Amino acid sequence: MGLVETLAEALARAATILPEDVVQALREARDREEGPARVQLEAILKNVEMAKAGKLPICQDTGTPTFFVRFGLDFPRLDEIFSAIPEAVRKATKNVPLRPNTVHPFTGKNPGDNTGRYIPAVTWEPVPGNSVEIHILPKGGGSENCCALKMLPPGVGLRGIKEAVVEHIVSCGGLPCPPTVVGVGIGGGADLALKLGKIALLRPLKERHPEPEVAALEAELEELINASGVGPMGLGGKTTVLAVHVEYAHRHPASLPVGIVVQCWAHRRASVRIHPDGSVTVSQ
Amino acid sequence: MERVLTTPIGESEVRKLRAGDVFYLSGLLITARDAAHKKMLERGSPIPLEGLAIFHCGPVVQKKGAEWEVVAAGPTTSARMELFEAEFLRRFKPRVIVGKGGMGEKTLAALSEVGAVYAHFTGGAGVLAAQAIKRVREVHWLEELGIPEAIWVFEVEKFGPLVVAMDSHGRSLYKELSAVVEKNMEAIRARIRGK
Repeated sequence: MGLVETLAEALARAATILPEDVVQALREARDREEGPARVQLEAILKNVEMAKAGKLPICQDTGTPTFFVRFGLDFPRLDEIFSAIPEAVRKATKNVPLRPNTVHPFTGKNPGDNTGRYIPAVTWEPVPGNSVEIHILPKGGGSENCCALKMLPPGVGLRGIKEAVVEHIVSCGGLPCPPTVVGVGIGGGADLALKLGKIALLRPLKERHPEPEVAALEAELEELINASGVGPMGLGGKTTVLAVHVEYAHRHPASLPVGIVVQCWAHRRASVRIHPDGSVTVSQ
Repeated sequence: MERVLTTPIGESEVRKLRAGDVFYLSGLLITARDAAHKKMLERGSPIPLEGLAIFHCGPVVQKKGAEWEVVAAGPTTSARMELFEAEFLRRFKPRVIVGKGGMGEKTLAALSEVGAVYAHFTGGAGVLAAQAIKRVREVHWLEELGIPEAIWVFEVEKFGPLVVAMDSHGRSLYKELSAVVEKNMEAIRARIRGK
């Protein structure tokens, strides 16, 4: 199978099969909820099963295909990846099918194949070595509408960050289809904070940040948001977020940017790895 | 025991539903989003809606021979229809409005007045919705409005689960919950500031 076919296959898996860590988190949420909250989670889990069995998109909003490429500086065939990504998106849009979700912001014209100016959005990150990781994150519109950037005065410190994140997620209520997964990017600058928030979503659920103080912040944010009672679909309950992931960068002394990225319960992902020996694997 | 309501639904039947109840719907479910609401209020509805159910949804459909097949049909955000829904309810008297995210005060008042409920269907559960849609009976204003905005008349069997989020007695789970959340937030803010 060529790279285009492999990437298209990964896009199809991302759209139709929810990764096991997310399914497990949803099951755990169902088990601790009751009433309308439990009804929502049961419906979600049933939907996930039916989508997998029927090879159908989990949600009618199949999202904007978003790619993160960590490429080895010694990898010799970067041009192949560069051209394979949009080609795979066109192929998957036709074959799965994915909903054509790219619209020209001025004319409203939809090319019909999920590509367009700057889209699919690809973040390129060079790393040492000669292997490649391509992470795919289809991002739905409802949850993307709930993303936010807070430029805080640095004097508010960690408390200010906690307050900003909790207030924002709670104010979104049921709009992003909770229970959500939240990525928080701290520092860097306005653009980098949001980018780090999105990169934070790539980490599997239950895997904490390797630095203990960041891991502690993740756990505390989860607990604080879930104490709000917003619950699944904003109908009340114990589970508003499945997880909060935090990444950070050094910041300017005068700036404390906090990028908040929200992902709906359908936290769809897939990864393609090109190994040093040339072999290719797809995982979720 | 699952509670199933079959269209046409009478006023007395819908008044028995209380906020928090779960039910399933059989019969006719008719999609209407922003554009369809607006046009029906201007020109009248192409089909009688009394006793039927309205669905805030732009489905993914494909044509197989002469028949339409529904691939995915999750709900869209209902708040956008708040502009039209109160007048729509008074004029056409559907008994159930299906959507997600809830609606405002004007709709809540009209639900009480007319005798109807707003029922929440799980956001994103597009496959679950589609499997309960047994047939597309007809579609109206397809050329004019396009697939997502057209009026699709679905024959459904045990469509749900639907949670009564706003009932015909003035209760709204959203309103009640926002008071609870605000109270919880006071304690959460105190915890953050105290640490």
